[in-house]
Amino acid sequence: MELTGFTIHELQEQLKNHKTTSRELTRQVLERIKRVEPKIHAFMTVTDDAALAQAEEADQRLQSGRPVSPLTGVPIALKDNLCTKGIRTTCSSKILENFMPPYDATVVRRLKETGAVLIGKTNMDEFAMGSSTENSAFGLTANPWDVNRIPGGSSGGSASAVAADACAAALGSDTGGSIRQPAAMCGVVGLKPTYGRVSRYGLVAFASSLDQIGPITKDVTDCALMMNAIAGYDPDDSTSANLPSADYTRTLDRDLTGLRIGIPREYFIDGMDAEVLYAVKEAIRTMERLGAMTREVLLPHTEYAVATYYILATAEAGSNLARYDGVKYGFRVKPTKDLLEMYMKTRQAGFGPEVKRRIMLGTYALSSGYYDAYYRKAQCVRTLIKSDFDEAFKQADVIITPTAPTAAFKIGEKTQDPLQMYLSDIFTISVNIAGIPALSMPCGFTKTGLPIGLQIMGRPFAEETVLRTAYAYEQATEWHNRKPNL
Amino acid sequence: MKLSKEEVEHVAKLARLAVSEDEKEAFSRQLSEILTYVGKLNELDTSKVEPTSHVLDLSNVFRDDVVRESLPPVEALANAPDHDNNHFRVPKIIEERQ
Repeated sequence: MELTGFTIHELQEQLKNHKTTSRELTRQVLERIKRVEPKIHAFMTVTDDAALAQAEEADQRLQSGRPVSPLTGVPIALKDNLCTKGIRTTCSSKILENFMPPYDATVVRRLKETGAVLIGKTNMDEFAMGSSTENSAFGLTANPWDVNRIPGGSSGGSASAVAADACAAALGSDTGGSIRQPAAMCGVVGLKPTYGRVSRYGLVAFASSLDQIGPITKDVTDCALMMNAIAGYDPDDSTSANLPSADYTRTLDRDLTGLRIGIPREYFIDGMDAEVLYAVKEAIRTMERLGAMTREVLLPHTEYAVATYYILATAEAGSNLARYDGVKYGFRVKPTKDLLEMYMKTRQAGFGPEVKRRIMLGTYALSSGYYDAYYRKAQCVRTLIKSDFDEAFKQADVIITPTAPTAAFKIGEKTQDPLQMYLSDIFTISVNIAGIPALSMPCGFTKTGLPIGLQIMGRPFAEETVLRTAYAYEQATEWHNRKPNL
Repeated sequence: MKLSKEEVEHVAKLARLAVSEDEKEAFSRQLSEILTYVGKLNELDTSKVEPTSHVLDLSNVFRDDVVRESLPPVEALANAPDHDNNHFRVPKIIEERQ
């Protein structure tokens, strides 16, 4: 039986009842990767042998009657900015081309403990900076729905692999939309959890006050199952929230009666793509039929979110990426006459154009004489954006918007204009600035057959409410059952 | 907001980033455009607003000073472009006296 299109919960049923083995499943997924990779290039590294060994172990665990998790034996892909012990972790950057982490990220360790099979590392925009995966130093990833289009970014490899059935599920990271926007472009489910909900120990840092790891999955139930595996306090991450984490599947099927949905006027703007607008409005009507109540809410500082983000994120990136200096790890230009020249030439040759642009912008924003005008100003506007959400969530339990203003754009369409590329994150960025959780899921298709994403935002640490809203909508619709023809 | 080529050179040096003539040109143009866009923030009066550096209600996080296993030197050095005898090796920093 062909198993590569199965969700985690469907695979769990197959594996637990011994209808198949993890070895067989993993073999099929590796075959599938071989077949689709020439078309989509979702992976940086495929760990065939390690995956098959993990599958053997999972089969033993499944047969022994020892406790199993819903992820035991299930092939999962990891974005290539998550450290994996002894497995190359590049961030799709030349500067880390041969970097072998000496330890596992906490999320990787937790997945291993569940008995999941780690199938490979996925392509991304270099250092997670981008919205299309075109900034990878190792070639672009294509969208399985139309290989002439981008898969979104920066977790484009993870989203493309999940949509192409090249893994059961994947992890991504989201600093300004990098899980949700590619999930929308590829027609899959992606969740950015609350800041602090998932440990970032072992995630290569981009913007530390915004970064968060989260799942990309084929449906909402799988998203909850992945969250069960990765969420929770970690003493190795000082920004990890010391709160109990829930069983996210437990409350999935509560109905939507009485749920208050906020619709922010600022996210339904003139000139928006008509098909996106229609699909999102239809989704809201479906939720009303399911018992939810809708009301308009205001997020008046939305129009300042992109500007705020590109100061805060680049300033933090400028600091975080100072560590790539050719000394402790990574690439070095040799020979050079002195240390300063070594730093400067190594960084010039090791970083791609977008990463350099952001380092420059961030360094400028933090430089003497400009700090107050840019960085402090942006931090103040961050306060305003966050309080917009605090107010809105007094009147609404979730807020619903489109995930992105358009469906997937064409490869090369925005590469010459950084600002236009930044504006494709206009609906996802505020969530990171406010630190709240948000999920993207498919809510329709364009006439040309491209997926459209719906975004559901929640209060801090209210992932359960977000997931339950998403689940109810998913059960009432068929979008998640569609597959691309690859 | 216009970022001159000289300013680009200054910022690049602060960022320890060598830049070619072409890059100076491109950064000057692109960063000027982005900074003009970002100037939008000045429409807002934030004189009475406290800055947010972090959304979580976190202050310093302490842990007990317990001895834990650390990375063995061999592993810590394994990714270094150059090392010698348990040290990272870099090009010469101190100039010799004439």
